[in-house]
Amino acid sequence: MNFENQGIIKRLADQYGPENLAVVLGNGEANGVEVFAETVMQGDPTYAGPLAGVALKIPVYHVLEPEVIDAVPEKLRDEKLQLSALVIDVESMRQTLQSSRAKL
Amino acid sequence: MLKGKKVIAIGERDGVPGPVIAECLEGGGLEVVFQATECFV
Repeated sequence: MNFENQGIIKRLADQYGPENLAVVLGNGEANGVEVFAETVMQGDPTYAGPLAGVALKIPVYHVLEPEVIDAVPEKLRDEKLQLSALVIDVESMRQTLQSSRAKL
Repeated sequence: MLKGKKVIAIGERDGVPGPVIAECLEGGGLEVVFQATECFV
């Protein structure tokens, strides 16, 4: 996750409280999802960004996981997410994110 | 889960972009407080 976004997430966590936040990702491939999740849950694993050493414990989801997509109205789901759902293999990302969320 | 949470949407250029995630979630009544699109190329 780039440093600018890490800084913004840290500021939002200070403003709203991390317990009131959730992160929703839109990654196209599983590559990188684990690092994203670790960054906002446990802190930046590279120890280089604003979230280094900051465990916000914010739950991370993928937009195509049932917990998220079920909250989207059917019309929007069909228009905006249907094509992505055909080409993105969400299952492997779901397993990674579920396992990360279970540690919170 | 997401109900009652403020959402940070981090999309990806080659996946689902941030504005699309935000539009979908706001359409479902969720509050999106920040959205961005990252690129891994």
